[in-house]
Amino acid sequence: MEHIPTTWYLLLAAILFSIGAGGVLIRRNTLVIFMCVEMMMNAANLTFVAFAREFGSTTGQVFVFMVMTVAAVEVAIGLAILVELYRHVKSVNIDSFDSLKG
Amino acid sequence: MGIELPSLNFGALLPVIIVILTSVMVLIFDLALSDKRPLGWISFVGLMFAGGAGWIQQSMEGFDPAFQNMAITDGYTHFFNLIFVVGAGLSVLVALGYLGKKGLQGGEYYAMLLLATSGMMIMAAGTDLMIIFLGLELMSISLYVLAAINRYSRASLEAGIKYFLLGAFASAFFLYGIALIYGASGSTNLNGIGEGLKAVPKGYEALPLFGLGLLIIGFSFKIAAVPFHWWTPDVYHGAPTSVTAFMSVGAKAAGFAALIRVLTVSFGFDGSMFADNWHVAVATLAVLTMTLGNLTALAQNDVKRMLAYSSIAHAGYVLVGVVTGTEQGISAALFYLMAYAFMNIGAFAVISVLEQQDAIGTNLEEYAGLAGHHRVLAMLMAIFMLSLMGFPMLGGFWGKVYVFLAAIEAGWIVLAIIAVLNSGIAAYYYLRVIVHMYMSPVSDQSHAINLNSAMQVALGLAAFGTILLGVMPARIMDLAASSGLFG
Amino acid sequence: MVEYVWLTIAFPLIGVLINLFFGRLLEDAFSKWFKRSEVTGFIGSVTVVLSFLVSFAIFLQALGIEHFSHQVKLWDWITIGDFHVAISFLVDPLSIIMLLVVTGVGSLIHIYAVGYMDHDEGSARFFTYLNLFVASMLVLVLSDNYAGLYVGWELVGVCSYLLIGFWFFKPSAADAGKKAFIVNRIGDFGFALGIFLIWSTFGTLDYMEVFHEVGASHGEFASVINWVTILLFVGAIGKSAQIPLYVWLPDAMEGPTPVSALIHAATMVTAGVYMIARNNVLFAMAPNVSLVIAFVGAITAFFAATMALVAFDLKRVLAYSTISQLGYMILAVGVGAYAAGIFHLFTHAFFKALLFMAAGSVMHAMKGVIDMRRLGGLKDKMPETYWTFLIGAAALSGFPLITAGFWSKDNILVKAFELQQPNQAFGIILYTIGIITALLTAFYTFRAVFMTFHGEPRDKNLYDHAHENRRVMTLPLWILAIFSIGAGFLGLPSKLGLPNWIEDGWLYSVMAESHEILEHAHHFAHIGFGLEIALLSISAVVALVGIFGAWHVYIRYPQIAVDTARYAGRFYQLVLDKYRVDELYDTWIIEPGKGLADILAKIVDMNFIDKTLVDGSANSVRGLGHIMAILQTGYIRNYVMVIFVGIVVMGVYFFLL
Repeated sequence: MEHIPTTWYLLLAAILFSIGAGGVLIRRNTLVIFMCVEMMMNAANLTFVAFAREFGSTTGQVFVFMVMTVAAVEVAIGLAILVELYRHVKSVNIDSFDSLKG
Repeated sequence: MGIELPSLNFGALLPVIIVILTSVMVLIFDLALSDKRPLGWISFVGLMFAGGAGWIQQSMEGFDPAFQNMAITDGYTHFFNLIFVVGAGLSVLVALGYLGKKGLQGGEYYAMLLLATSGMMIMAAGTDLMIIFLGLELMSISLYVLAAINRYSRASLEAGIKYFLLGAFASAFFLYGIALIYGASGSTNLNGIGEGLKAVPKGYEALPLFGLGLLIIGFSFKIAAVPFHWWTPDVYHGAPTSVTAFMSVGAKAAGFAALIRVLTVSFGFDGSMFADNWHVAVATLAVLTMTLGNLTALAQNDVKRMLAYSSIAHAGYVLVGVVTGTEQGISAALFYLMAYAFMNIGAFAVISVLEQQDAIGTNLEEYAGLAGHHRVLAMLMAIFMLSLMGFPMLGGFWGKVYVFLAAIEAGWIVLAIIAVLNSGIAAYYYLRVIVHMYMSPVSDQSHAINLNSAMQVALGLAAFGTILLGVMPARIMDLAASSGLFG
Repeated sequence: MVEYVWLTIAFPLIGVLINLFFGRLLEDAFSKWFKRSEVTGFIGSVTVVLSFLVSFAIFLQALGIEHFSHQVKLWDWITIGDFHVAISFLVDPLSIIMLLVVTGVGSLIHIYAVGYMDHDEGSARFFTYLNLFVASMLVLVLSDNYAGLYVGWELVGVCSYLLIGFWFFKPSAADAGKKAFIVNRIGDFGFALGIFLIWSTFGTLDYMEVFHEVGASHGEFASVINWVTILLFVGAIGKSAQIPLYVWLPDAMEGPTPVSALIHAATMVTAGVYMIARNNVLFAMAPNVSLVIAFVGAITAFFAATMALVAFDLKRVLAYSTISQLGYMILAVGVGAYAAGIFHLFTHAFFKALLFMAAGSVMHAMKGVIDMRRLGGLKDKMPETYWTFLIGAAALSGFPLITAGFWSKDNILVKAFELQQPNQAFGIILYTIGIITALLTAFYTFRAVFMTFHGEPRDKNLYDHAHENRRVMTLPLWILAIFSIGAGFLGLPSKLGLPNWIEDGWLYSVMAESHEILEHAHHFAHIGFGLEIALLSISAVVALVGIFGAWHVYIRYPQIAVDTARYAGRFYQLVLDKYRVDELYDTWIIEPGKGLADILAKIVDMNFIDKTLVDGSANSVRGLGHIMAILQTGYIRNYVMVIFVGIVVMGVYFFLL
């Protein structure tokens, strides 16, 4: 049976991370930006798992569970803030949050 | 044959545990109490207990690793715990005096503040990137909530979302950096990383170097170093002032705590290309941070926003100490953070007293003639401004002196000169506040000033600390120097 | 007890804090029962009295112990590398005697001020400053290193400035405050240089370490010590009001009288004398510099006395007499009679504080009038003030045998007479100047007594208004009067077989090293019993002649004074105008300075520095700030983009290195 080399996983993770980062850069909808950030985190997770598999150690895998928890918490908080803000601004377009500047 | 239970050594993390338990207690009492102010005092007492626990730990010699080398309580941890207890304690007092005015008094505020504090403590104690990441997220997420806690104010919510989005973005990079370093060294433990990286063959350093770069960026975001500072002015400006005071001191100190430990423990070994690289990178950050912070502060007319930029500039001065990587430089940076905790919270406390509704009462014009209006408040503000400026015999002065001297001794002459020039520029905008308070006629917009007892205690303690550090800096410097990072 | 010496500083500081923050509040709270000054004055006085009690306890502990010297270290103040400066106090006989003078006389003056300031609204501010002054002065005398000495030195300067200009709404007071501050800065500049030279030479600022290194050396520091002593003395010239920097002291009388008594007579101005006595080892090793110091002191003493002869403002007479007496002290430390200088400082503190406070008492009773041409005949109206003033005047004149001033001044004159190095003639000259000054002193002092208290009242209106002051003001006068007499017996001439407790006993250990150096150099001749008696007699006769002369001129034949004034004409006018020194400084230093500054301001500053450099750079810096501020757009996507660019730059840097 043929193995997929670790490098491929890492490459995939890097691509996913870049897509995520690119999404944060260009998207206007705050909710989509949330998703992009999640994607970046999951790319990092994939890297962890790939390395953990490579080293045959559990550290990286445990780390992934921690990150998933953190990511879930983060999104919960983020959405709550966004909902409250929506009541004031009536928009989830990120460019409408510009009252603080200078 | 049974399973051997790992020794966890809970005692080593006693201050953190106390803080977390206090926050749980606050949440429980929140259900029962209709007057929320006792919750603030409970938090304050809890923090004092945490400080006391730290004190007891310190008197018991020896550095304890805990949780299987995930964390350690050495002199370094103690020193930062002291900063966090000071910062959080003062912030709780400021909040007690400030939240009522805004109608924000509530249990969740204090609970979040305590959770953030525990996150900071975990960051300072962590010796594993996993723990540091968890501490960082615990702190950050609590702070996102705190920044947005005034849900009736658009500014506060906007500050929250900005902080959250940029923070999460930076966290992702930070996390990816950890992953890369894990891949390069095979470990997430700081000592393990150091060992692992020594084994990295020549020519294969790109991966861990990139990881190191991402780590520095992650921390730079938390300490508000240019060019990762963009959230800072907006968030500090929009968040409730009591939160800003806490964030500017606590989050910054925690970021530095982890940054310094990672850089010196994992990447500090001599002769490696890592050490050479991060020194230059951090020096660049320091120059950018100081200069941009100070220059932009010059253009501000809102005192709260001005202090936000000034807080960026101060991160730059501390970075100058970090750049050296010497024991003297690191101790100087630690001392600076301690002094900064007192004087900056003090300054924000004064602002919170004068603030009325959103963005009213924080404009420089409204400080005109404060000396005639409220003598003591003006004098306290003058003390904090002078200390931030680096006026002799106040805490901020010795912070600067120690940092600059350390930079010179370590051979970073140009950096030291830029830092001195910067503190010269900074004098202008700090003095502007004093000039407005003392030499302008009383503005007709001045509001009634109401100082309640919690705020009085907060202001008094902050001023006392600022002066104390100015009068007996050598004590604190000894404490900082005995941090144990350098064995 | 000695380890609690810091309490002496802490108590007045507590007073400062209370009066600063709660002074007005407390005054308002108790306004039903007490006057304003009584509330804050009580706090101020109690703290200084407590401080005095601690000092006295330390004194009792030290009494009878040979070589009593303790360094009480509180904490390390500054540590930069190997350079340490500690907050640390040196408690030895010299600092204890200063401690007693400052807190003792200070307490009495505080108590007196409770009465004196009872018409003043700003009493909380007044007592805050006064307490702060006491604390600063104690820092000055107690510090065991030059850094602490300098901090105290500057702090007393600041307090003096604040207190001279206490009535800042009077332009003359505000100007006098500024003048004192600026003139003192000139001296302080030299002083700071001296301390810097000590630090760069010896690498430490601790007295004991410096003296030890100097003592162990074999002449290799000779030129450094010359420079150090010169520079330190420049500081003393400013602080102790010697020629040519004495001009601030007469003007300092614009401050409230308790301030004049405490700061400008009893304590702060003696800092220079204390400093030289403290550094007696250094000064003993610089005989040439010391000789200059002695001459500066002697000439100042004489010069100030002549101005006191003609002044009409009672407080100014006392101010000139202070300069003159400080001249004696400087003369003493200049000829190497350090103990004699400190002894005169000690007695002078009592009788000069007494004179000032009695003068203040007159002023208080006469609605602020202090011009002697409008006083007269007050002795029946204000008997207590009169008698105490008379005792003080007798002490100042050196009235033989019973007054403190006689013994302490004579001690100095004998030492000057004994001076052998580098030439006996110098000793004789210094002695002659000293004895002539003594004659003038007796004359002008009693001129003041007779003009103020005797004869016919010159202003009937004021006279009728006059009344004796309250007990809170007269009691301190009596206590000081007792000391003005009694303190002299602590330092009787040992040549006559009498005990000189202060020089041979109390201060001996502090001065032992310099004493040895001077002995070795045959600095002093040792005159015999007969000559000593002769010198004492001369002093006594001179004092009596002076007093008699004053009586002759001002009581018996008042016409003489008027005639002389007319006869001396221009010279009289010159002295009356204070030799026009102020004008001289104005014409030759201040005006050209202003002119130069004007030219610089007009040509260089306005056009070049202001417009081009300052405005230009300030504007461009602020402009930069505004540009930076524009970058802060408020749009999250802009921030994300810049952060991303930052990340890429950093990544590229780390990748490509």
